[in-house]
Amino acid sequence: MKIRIKFAKYGTMKFIGHLDTMRFFQKAIRRADIDIKYSEGFSPHQIMSFAAPLGVGIESAGEYLDIEVNSYTSTELMKQALGRVMVDGMDILSVKVLPDTVKNAMASVAAAGYQISGSKNCLDQISGTETADLFALENLAQKLEAFCAQEQIPVTKQTKKSTIELDLKPAIYELSLKETPSPFMGREDAALKTTAIYMLVNASSSGNIKPSMVLNALCDFCKIPFTLQAYRITRLETYTSAEDAFIPLEDVGQDAAM
Amino acid sequence: MVKNLALSDKILMQVEKPARYIGNEVNSVMKDAWKVDVRFCMCFPDIYEIGMSHLGIQILYSMLNSWDDVWCERVYSPWLDLDAILREKKIPLFALESQQPVKNMDFLGITLQYEMCYTNILQILDLSQIPLQAAKRRECDPIVIGGGPCSYNPEPIADFFDLFYIGEGETQYRRLLDIYKENKKAGGSRLDFLQKASELPGIYVPSFYEEEYNPDGTIKGRKKRYDKAPDTILKEIVMDVSDTYYPTKPVVPFIQVTQDRAVLEIQRGCIRGCRFCQAGQLYRPVRERDVSVLKQYALEMLRNTGHEEISLSSLSSSDYSALDELLQFLLQECKEKHINISLPSLRIDAFSLDVMSKVQDVKKSSLTFAPEAGSQRLRNVINKGLTEEVILNGAALAFEGGWTRVKLYFMLGLPTENEEDIRGIGDLSNKIAALFYEIVPKDKRINGRVQIVTSTSFFIPKPFTPFQWAKMCTKEEFIEKAYQTRKGIMEQLNQKSIKYNWHEADVSVLEGILARGDRKLANVILYAYQNGCMFDSWSECFHYDIWMSGFENCAVDPDFYTVRERKDDEIFPWDFLDCGVTKEFLLREWKKAQSEDTSPNCRAQCQGCGANRFGGGICTQERDTAVTGPEKGTLPTN
Repeated sequence: MKIRIKFAKYGTMKFIGHLDTMRFFQKAIRRADIDIKYSEGFSPHQIMSFAAPLGVGIESAGEYLDIEVNSYTSTELMKQALGRVMVDGMDILSVKVLPDTVKNAMASVAAAGYQISGSKNCLDQISGTETADLFALENLAQKLEAFCAQEQIPVTKQTKKSTIELDLKPAIYELSLKETPSPFMGREDAALKTTAIYMLVNASSSGNIKPSMVLNALCDFCKIPFTLQAYRITRLETYTSAEDAFIPLEDVGQDAAM
Repeated sequence: MVKNLALSDKILMQVEKPARYIGNEVNSVMKDAWKVDVRFCMCFPDIYEIGMSHLGIQILYSMLNSWDDVWCERVYSPWLDLDAILREKKIPLFALESQQPVKNMDFLGITLQYEMCYTNILQILDLSQIPLQAAKRRECDPIVIGGGPCSYNPEPIADFFDLFYIGEGETQYRRLLDIYKENKKAGGSRLDFLQKASELPGIYVPSFYEEEYNPDGTIKGRKKRYDKAPDTILKEIVMDVSDTYYPTKPVVPFIQVTQDRAVLEIQRGCIRGCRFCQAGQLYRPVRERDVSVLKQYALEMLRNTGHEEISLSSLSSSDYSALDELLQFLLQECKEKHINISLPSLRIDAFSLDVMSKVQDVKKSSLTFAPEAGSQRLRNVINKGLTEEVILNGAALAFEGGWTRVKLYFMLGLPTENEEDIRGIGDLSNKIAALFYEIVPKDKRINGRVQIVTSTSFFIPKPFTPFQWAKMCTKEEFIEKAYQTRKGIMEQLNQKSIKYNWHEADVSVLEGILARGDRKLANVILYAYQNGCMFDSWSECFHYDIWMSGFENCAVDPDFYTVRERKDDEIFPWDFLDCGVTKEFLLREWKKAQSEDTSPNCRAQCQGCGANRFGGGICTQERDTAVTGPEKGTLPTN
């Protein structure tokens, strides 16, 4: 049986890289005593697939991993069992059973939504000064519109071997300014409402766009220097495409009991 | 609740592996700082990945945190990238749990696992903004405590510590902390506390003593500066190892560390008495943990950590009397849960090969033998009871079982070593290779040929061993010996199947100096640190030239500590410590070594080492001659 787990990763946990997050869940699943399926062979490993790797330094309220299990009692009990073995900054949000025909998490991903706000932690311990950022601009909403209205948004992407030219425009599905609360409701600074940039971009394995690339291009467009640490980036949700709409990955599955 | 980190996002995003510095690991302990009386910070002076692999700190961490009035946190050496930032920005070094400065703690405990970490102790103190020398510390500074194997000769670093805890930590910490609390409540000073602490068993306060030297630089005696301080300090020891603290909820790191597994300590001490081995003397007598307790610990640890691997820890695991029962139990439990067993060094016989073939891929794993010396004559000198016959029999069994890789460990520069002993290293490597081609027919050679990896390290005499009197080789002699070994291997018929590795010579020389050093070395260590030495055990960070100019600048002759053979009645810097084993016994063993006589192990016959005064362990068990055969080869970890 395929199970889809949705989790949040925030606070200090944003410094844990993708591979270490995988290791964390392998151990957590053993601690929670989940009857996970193992692969065949001399060194069997847990059957587990993560949706979209999250960069170090980015928080998320919409991370996913799929596992296969031999048995379970109910998705609710599994959610509780996993919840008990988490650490601060890692929360289990939902556990769903998937139809057998569903593609694995990684292959399903189509898009991701991000919230970008000014970082409270932008006071620079190194230079001791506050870094200029987009939110200091008076007419940011108009700038965003103008940015999106361009025919092309060309950027250069540095890969290990070469630099490639890329047009961001078709990969940006939405870019706007929103008054939003922190997504980590009841966990931290929930009362804090901030003006934030919302972006919905391509996150599929073939056309993934990093939010920092869009931010960088936006800063260039607004003619201000780009400092990554001046922004707090949060992935809000990871989507798959269903007919002609994006739906959250968790909506493919359902609650169930055996 | 999401906590504030000591470092900004900008710094954390700029250093390698930020997870080294954020804490928050599974089973790490958070407490309310206002509700505890004692803040303790435990330090391993090397990077996180090494420090987190150490069982001793996990034991003390769980013991101290089991007490409601104490909060124990951890700190490790920041790597060079963060080190530079902390210095530049004057950010004080912080504990992982609270992210608060180490300098605000009541205690800083530093574990001393190897001599090459001494400059890192100064790094920790310096970054914490605690005065390096104990004499310069103020009332507000933490009490700096050292412990671990190197505290058995603490003199080279005595200036930097307020006190040392000699022996096993389980016994006196509660009393030590109670004395601290009482003293604080009564408004007592730092000195008041140290005076009271020095009267506790196992506690050594170095500032209460002064070394006096003879004109030739050797030690004449010690003068006390505080009358009530004891003349000698006997190590602390836990006699019932089945009924004491054990970390069944060890901290689980996020990043991969050196020992990324649950560790089950099956016994303390070793019956073997190899004459070069310090641990074999320090941890006497052998004390076994009850096997039913171990089974329960294993299950609890796996449940609490989610580790996918468990390893057994002890000096000579094959000597643990219930090993078969324990391994059978673990095989059964772990198979169901898909957990690997990492095997410790085991004697190679049919049983261990069978166990090994169940937990490892025979084609990929290797056998390890540690003959330590190339000839039987020299193996007798060092009392290593492993014979060529035993090695060849073990290898033959293993080759028949499908193994094709063998690792061999030797030491160069052992007392009385001659050219023939060195030639023996190549000869033995060759004999094992030849045996493979003799036993395994051509069509059954899985990887085509056998792979022998022969490694040598340089022998370093250590305190509290029979070889504490021995002279150590010079750097040039070491290099010549490694060259001779390589030449000896190259001349062998099967040399293409043998790979030879050897250690760096200069770092061994420095380790030798520090191991048997005295208080005169403190200035040299300080000089080395102030001139950029840190992480000396990392070859890319080791600067032999800076150390040597330190000796010159401080007018200390490094050869005094290494190439000089000590007289039988010389007073050593560590003689005021008592590890349970008497100097008379060690001298007896030194004489026996020189006449190539061996000594039987503790289980075969008591050698009167002195450890029976603790009244337990192997010393009070009935001796069973049925299990006293010579030590056989050893099976490896991966």
